This record gives sequence, structure tokens and C-alpha cells, in this order.
Amino acid sequence: MNAPTYNFAYLDEQTKRMIRRAILKAIAIPGYQVPFASREMPMPYGWGTGGVQVTAAILGPDDVLKVIDQGSDDTTNAISIRKFFGKTAGVATTTSTTDATVIQTRHRIPEASLHAGQVLVYQVPIPEPLRFLEPRETETRRMHALAEYGLMHVKLYEDIARFGHIATAYAYPVKVNARYVMDPSPTPKFDNPKMDNCAALQLFGAGREKRIYAIPPYTTVVSLDFEDHPFTRYRFNAPCALCGADNSYLDEIVTDDKGGRMFVCSDTDFCEQRQAAGHHGTESAAPHKEKAHV
Amino acid sequence: MSELSSLENDEPLLLAEGLAKNYGRLAACRDVSFALYPGEVLAIVGESGSGKSTLLQLLSAQLAPSAGQVSYRMRDGVLRNLAELGEAERRFLFRTDWGFVHQDPAQGLRMGVSAGANVGERLMAVGWNHYGRIRDTASTWLERVEIDTGRIDDAPKTYSGGMRQRLQIARNLVTEPRLVFMDEPTGGLDVSVQARLLDLMRNLVSELGLAAIVVTHDLAVARLLSHRVMVMKGGRVIETGLTDQVLDDPREPYTQLLVSSILPP
Repeated sequence: MNAPTYNFAYLDEQTKRMIRRAILKAIAIPGYQVPFASREMPMPYGWGTGGVQVTAAILGPDDVLKVIDQGSDDTTNAISIRKFFGKTAGVATTTSTTDATVIQTRHRIPEASLHAGQVLVYQVPIPEPLRFLEPRETETRRMHALAEYGLMHVKLYEDIARFGHIATAYAYPVKVNARYVMDPSPTPKFDNPKMDNCAALQLFGAGREKRIYAIPPYTTVVSLDFEDHPFTRYRFNAPCALCGADNSYLDEIVTDDKGGRMFVCSDTDFCEQRQAAGHHGTESAAPHKEKAHV
Repeated sequence: MSELSSLENDEPLLLAEGLAKNYGRLAACRDVSFALYPGEVLAIVGESGSGKSTLLQLLSAQLAPSAGQVSYRMRDGVLRNLAELGEAERRFLFRTDWGFVHQDPAQGLRMGVSAGANVGERLMAVGWNHYGRIRDTASTWLERVEIDTGRIDDAPKTYSGGMRQRLQIARNLVTEPRLVFMDEPTGGLDVSVQARLLDLMRNLVSELGLAAIVVTHDLAVARLLSHRVMVMKGGRVIETGLTDQVLDDPREPYTQLLVSSILPP
């Protein structure tokens, strides 16, 4: 084999030290976006370069890594990042939420509750919650510094004025530790309550935007809302077609070109565990048979 | 507001002392001192380049003066030097107790969000957290500035120039400021729209007992709105006095020129 030998977890030790310093600062100031010298990674921006760098910086030889993309362990992005660390760090990988010590995620928080000692690493495309309202970085930083967050409510106001309810369904702004307003990355707002008072450490890495932020364990995270339009979770009103769960976040899967669709858990690990425990949905009773088209 | 006690009126709201601003060798503004009292409207007139806008920026703490200082009587009655306020305090003052009406409404409004949100932003910034109440207050203010409340959900980019300017005024007045700065508020509007806007502003100013500092090159605006006039030339205040006194009986040759350069009606 003539492949080059990589340093443990791909990044060199100096870079990892730099990222760890940013992470420590982020943990010390919950919700504050810490700038860091993001590196080029062997993957395109938008594929999780921020999350990968955070994972690389915190990974140790004894860690067990799980990677999910939209809740799923078996999509391209999840598999390639898992393989990447399997190869460059030689760490054990898993799909089980409870067995993992480090979970890198894109767009979801696992259904199974996280426990103390775990680290959840989010891939973040746009870390600045005020960005689409205030394009100037100098101004948004000042607004964070002075806790001027009226503008965030302007966005929610616009939602209600236009749609009659707060229509923001993902990247729903939260206030961390009663101080910083934070973008929870594009997770569905269904997951927002899971961030509050969570036992696990939550780290957020934005590679292109060069920002790291964090929510330490057991920190209050409040979703912003109005008194007369309180925050609500949203899920499709259906049980999972595979495991019958009626409390998990669902993906809608189009099954044919005649309007057929089914709803299944977005968290594949959660769904599989439930099926293994004997829960069944409408579609899982028998192996799929080819449907004859009329 | 007639109920203002004479004691309050005796104490200036804003005090400028020896204000100067130099850009290198260029003195944009020199040795300007005056006091503005609650409920008083002061017009600053002069030709382009006379230092009016620089002075307005100095007074509203957007520029740091090269010399001199500006003090403002806060709501608690204490006169404070603006240069000594922290940035948080200054910004808070700016979006609660002060208003700033820009000549170009695009600078003072968020052109992409609805009129209701534009008016409500200041309320949300001071902690209002009830959608219904914010919206009611916003529509009341749209009515007061004569904007059809049916357009509350339209963005100002769909508004005409005159409507934008009225919306900007509503957005500034919603927190009931005590002092409003206006930079050429009627610039760029056609004559009939100007007249309507001036009428509206005059009513609002007297209803709310606002103090205002209006920068304008249009003497008609000064005559209609202001109680007092300051004439500027080359960065200096060359004449100051009651509006009708200065405009009807100008003392300085430059002011005489300025007044006589208006076509008689």
C-alpha cells in the first residue's frame, strides 16, 4: 500500500490544538461564535468540513464514533465521514446512539436521549442567526455583544404576518443560557427541545464560515417566540410505517408516481432498534414484494 | 404638550458646547454652541457644504467631535456627556429616546421586511413580546402617518417615495422619543407630497411635544416646521434666532442672500 500515512484523525497536532482552544472558549461562553482558522478538508464545503474538523480535534483512540446525515447512518455523507475517521484515526464506529461517545450529525438530533459523557458535533452551514436580516458581520457581532436581539423577533413577526403562524421549520433560533441567540444549524424545530438541559456536550462547527460554538451539558436553551404565538414542535401526523413509532421525527418518502407515500423515522438507528424489539408498522410485516404495475 | 412645567422647559434637553470637526486641514464645523429645549424645533439651514450634515452627525453622536462636547438630558433628568456614554447606552438612546429621519428612506428602513415589522422593530428591541400588541401599535402608527393599514404587510420597497418617508417617521416615533433628528426630510419628494409631509410632521411634533433638529437647505421647510433657525456657512453658525425674525429680517449679508434667492410666491 502506497497511501500516505496520516496523522491521527487526519489533522496535524498544531491544528487540533488551535481547534481545541476555540472549542474550550466556545464552551466557556455558551452560544458565542468563536472564530477559528478553518482548514481545507478533503471534502467540499457544505459536506461537513466544520463538523469534521471539530470531530478530528476531539477524537481519541478509545472513542466510538457515529455519524448521521438527516438522522440516517447509511447515506453517502454519513458513510464517507465514518470511513474517513475509521481510516485516518482507526477508531471504532457504530450506528448505535447509546454506544457512541462522539456523534457527528447533520440536520438531526438522535431520538434516543443522549447521556453524560457523549459529544454531539453538528455540521453548520451558516452559523449567524441574524445573517439574512443584517448582512454586515461587523454589525451582527456588535448586536451579539450588546445582546440586541430585537431583529430576531422581526423575522418571527414576518412569519406570522405572512403565514399566520411561525413558519420557520428548521434552523429555529434559540437563546442559550439566557444570553446569546444561536442558530441550532438546520435541524428541524422538532429537535429544539432536545437541546435544552441536554446531558451531552453539543459542539457546532462551521467550516466555510470559520466559526465554532457550543452548548455545555445541562444548559438552558429556549426557542424564541411570542407570548401569543408560542413555540410549537412539528411532526407529520402519522406513525412510522416501519416501526409504528408515533413520537419520532418522520421523513416523507414518495413511493411511486401516483401520489403514494409513506412516513418513516428519520432516525434509522432508533427505527431499527424498535423493529428489533418487536414493534411493527404497516409496511414492515413482511419482506417487500414487487408490486405488479397494472 | 402644554402640561410641561416651566421648570422642565428651563432645562435644556440637548446642549452643544464649542463643537468642531476637522477633516485634516478642512474644518467642516467650528465652534458651534447652542441649547435645545424640550418641545423646541430647531432648523439648521445653509447651502451644500456648509457643515449642516456634519453638525447633525456630531449632535447625534454618530461622529466624534474634534473639539467640544454634546450633552443630553436623559429620561432620569441627568445631563450626560454623549462622548462618555457606553456604546450600549448610546445605541439604546438611539432606538428609544431619539429618532433619526434620513433623507433617503432606504437608509432608515428595512426595505425587505413588511411595514408592520419596520414599525414594530423598535418595540421588539425594547422587549415587546406579544405579536398582537406589536401589530396593533404598528397599525395605529400607520394610521397616524396616513398610510392605508391594508398595506401593513407590504414591504416598503413597494411604497412610493412619500409613503416611505412617512413610514420612516412612524418607525422612529413608535417608542415616543423626545428628540428627533431629521436630515433633509423632504428632499427628493415632489412639491405636493412635500406639503403633505410637512403638514403631518408639524402636527406630530406639536401633538407629541417633540424636540427636533431639522437640517434643510429649503427655507420653506424651516419656516413651516421650526421655532428657531441657525444659519450655517463654511462650518460656522453665522446667524441664529427666531424663525420669522431670521427669515423676515435677516441681519447677515449671507442670510439676506439666502432669503432673497427664493422666488417670491
